[in-house]
Amino acid sequence: MGALPSISIAIVGSGGAGALTAADALLEAAGAAGWHGLFTRTMGPQIRGGEAAGLLRLAIHPVECLPDHFDLLIGIDWLNAHRFGAEIKLGPQTLVISDPGSGEPPPIVTQSAARVVEIPMKEMAKAVLDGRANMIALGIAGRLLGFTTEQVFAPIEKRLAHKGATAIEASRAGILVGFGAAAGIDFDRHLAAPTPNSARRWLLSGNEATALGAIRGGIRFAAAYPITPATEILEWLAPNLVKVGGTLLQAEDELAAINMIIGSSFGGTPALTATSGPGLSLMIEALGLATAAEIPVVVVDVMRGGPSTGIPTKSEQGDLNIAIYGLHGDAPHLVLAPQSVGDCLFTTQWATYLAEVLQAPAIILSDQFMGQSRAAIERPADVAFIGARTLAADIAGAYKRYAMAVNGVSPMAIPGTSGGQYTADGLTHSERGTPTSGAADHSAQLDKRRDKLEHFNFGDHWASVEGNGNLAVITWGSLTGAAREAAGRAVADGIDARVVAPRLLSPVRPEQMTAALEGVKRILVVEQTHGGQFHKYLRAHYDLPAPVRVFHRPGPLPITAGEIHRAIMGWK
Amino acid sequence: MSSVNKRLAAKPADYKSGEKPIWCPGCGDHHVLMSFTRAFAQLGLPSEQIAVISGIGCSSRIPAYTNCYGFHGVHGRSLALAAGLKVTRPDLTVVVASGDGDGYSIGGNHFLHACRRNIDMTYVVMDNHIYGMTKGQPSPTTEPEFDTALSPGGTRVRPFHPLVIALASGANFIARCFSGQPNETAEVLVEAIRHPGFSFVEILSPCVTFRPDEKAWKDLVRPAPVAPTNDQGKAARRLMTDDGFNVGILYRGNRTPFQAMVGTCNTDLLELEKDFEL
Ligand SMILES: Cc1ncc(C[n+]2csc(CCOP(=O)(O)OP(=O)(O)O)c2C)c(N)n1
Ligand code: SF4
Ligand SMILES: [Mg+2]
Repeated sequence: MGALPSISIAIVGSGGAGALTAADALLEAAGAAGWHGLFTRTMGPQIRGGEAAGLLRLAIHPVECLPDHFDLLIGIDWLNAHRFGAEIKLGPQTLVISDPGSGEPPPIVTQSAARVVEIPMKEMAKAVLDGRANMIALGIAGRLLGFTTEQVFAPIEKRLAHKGATAIEASRAGILVGFGAAAGIDFDRHLAAPTPNSARRWLLSGNEATALGAIRGGIRFAAAYPITPATEILEWLAPNLVKVGGTLLQAEDELAAINMIIGSSFGGTPALTATSGPGLSLMIEALGLATAAEIPVVVVDVMRGGPSTGIPTKSEQGDLNIAIYGLHGDAPHLVLAPQSVGDCLFTTQWATYLAEVLQAPAIILSDQFMGQSRAAIERPADVAFIGARTLAADIAGAYKRYAMAVNGVSPMAIPGTSGGQYTADGLTHSERGTPTSGAADHSAQLDKRRDKLEHFNFGDHWASVEGNGNLAVITWGSLTGAAREAAGRAVADGIDARVVAPRLLSPVRPEQMTAALEGVKRILVVEQTHGGQFHKYLRAHYDLPAPVRVFHRPGPLPITAGEIHRAIMGWK
Repeated sequence: MSSVNKRLAAKPADYKSGEKPIWCPGCGDHHVLMSFTRAFAQLGLPSEQIAVISGIGCSSRIPAYTNCYGFHGVHGRSLALAAGLKVTRPDLTVVVASGDGDGYSIGGNHFLHACRRNIDMTYVVMDNHIYGMTKGQPSPTTEPEFDTALSPGGTRVRPFHPLVIALASGANFIARCFSGQPNETAEVLVEAIRHPGFSFVEILSPCVTFRPDEKAWKDLVRPAPVAPTNDQGKAARRLMTDDGFNVGILYRGNRTPFQAMVGTCNTDLLELEKDFEL
């Protein structure tokens, strides 16, 4: 078999076996050598320890979804590995490395056509001073994938720098033993050489990309209440906001967090919080306040399985409804969704810019899959979106905070500005900001807040529109990568397909959608919900000019390109 | 309080917005407003340097009646909103206004954490032992036997002791005032605003409409018989044992106010990216 554009590896082990360290090191080695990659971790329910699987896909092109099948599976041991059965699909092309000292491989292996090679990794590790089986596994994987020992060793050396020379030496020795053990194995699935690229790759998670995007967009204050799978955003911001003159405050709950960021923004400092479904539910009332009082804030919801506590460590797209329709009253606000790890940076930066410019709250719907996956990517391009709200300065005469303006955006006075004193209010108010229950003021201010969003020119970033085939796959969020890959395969199979994935979910863009769907004959809607929320949303707001089919299912398993491809090909 | 240039010879009227309060005639909150503007005038602060932040309730309507920056937010969350404002704008003088329902019931958790956090701000609760705005339901400070439509025959639930809770939670300044004494109240507010850290001022402010019995408060209040203490043990005993009508400054702590982590603003954003480069 010749060189492949993409290759996938799974490394599993019980608690403390170090499967994730080995997989992460492999991703870093590949990234440093110029490949792209995506690494997701999947774990048992234990808080710490417990069985873990590192799922890794490396490629010569950007990787935004997991593979249908894995090429290589290494079981450092097989304790509880059956739990990952549904997530690690093997085929006849799969090579499984199994340690004969750790029992029978699980049914995912024995019931597949995969080829099994036994290597006593634990025994080999014992022969190395302070040796660990995961370094043997890393060496095996490195050798089979065609890396040099130095390439594989470098990321480990970096991770162990603080542990001293003995630990580093033990790992190097383990990796070398692994390389030796894999020498005789015949494995012909090789990754094609990366396209030469002088720029250094970035290695980061979607949550980290989100946090950096926030700072690039101008966020200088964050309020934090921890929740899986959003916490990493807050933990990255804590030290890094301080580096740019901002700060983070830990809130007592999400009710406080959202109100803290409203307070910060009222004072002129762009502010963000990050949460997941349960926290977003608690923030909804105050998001209505930010809408009514026209205070820009950014709330990132890293979606997980729901409702209620749901599946905290797994992805789903079920918060679409609450994000768009959850606020009481008529409360137009921004809802955006990034489409990949790298796009978390762009979308968060853009959302911050939009919130500031439009003086409205923005909800960003990220999800566990892209939030917690780590990817080796090209450095996301610099974009000019830096939040700058229209401020009221040099105020002469009576200041009207909510004055009718052509574009609906009225200059905002920041405390300290002489003559700009006003009281921000969630009560229906006049242009001056004073409470009223009059019909004229009520509808004028409702119009103002609707129009400033609807009439804004969001440009091409509102969606990814790719291809012009007559079958349109409409999807959103982290499914965009899988849909793109599925459409690509369909095109190769002779089906003319295009992908339409809105990044801006609210306000809706009917004209742009009509243009994006020009000429389609069939529409396949793809989403990861049980109830088909996105399909209903599309039906409510958009003209879908062709027969529609919906492929949707809930988490916890990621929707793969293979499933979407089958849904396309099965539509006869 | 922040050290901004003082505008000397300010008058209370300079701090009024001219907006007509919605309060019932005779409501204690009219006097609280008077105390606010007197205190601001005495401090001589430029009104644009003051932010008055509130939640929901009759009492929470106070910001718009001042000529300061104001925020009339959602029910119970004023302290959180004020915290976000003050840590990012330490130059402002932040005064938070609340009611016994807003501050002790729906906002009770924020009260504990605001005391603990000890951010430099002043928290005023206009306590009328009732939900005024929603027309007479019991609040956490309502007497157990007080009869209401929602609690026929009374709640039979022990009232909450806000001052003791503030002390136990770490408030750095604790006072009780009576709205019917606007000059004394203004004096206490001046002290509260000047005191570093989180200052808590409970103002007994009668609801003449749903608690006409509270008109008797004017005969019950008396100046606290002893000077303020900085000893938490002593303060705890006094607060636990007084009958709720001793007014004046009751506790002045010396905790260091909350200091937000702040760095320099001139770090190149490209520096942050280094974390991610391979
Ligand atoms: C989330 C929410 N729940 C309930 C209400 C209704 N509500 C408005 S004011 C209030 C109680 C106010 O009582 P208090 O804080 O004591 O203020 P007072 O009117 O007595 O000054 C309630 C329950 C509301 N506005 N928001
Ligand atoms: S109902 Fe009570 S608290 Fe409200 S304004 Fe009237 S007297 Fe004051
Ligand atoms: Mg009350």
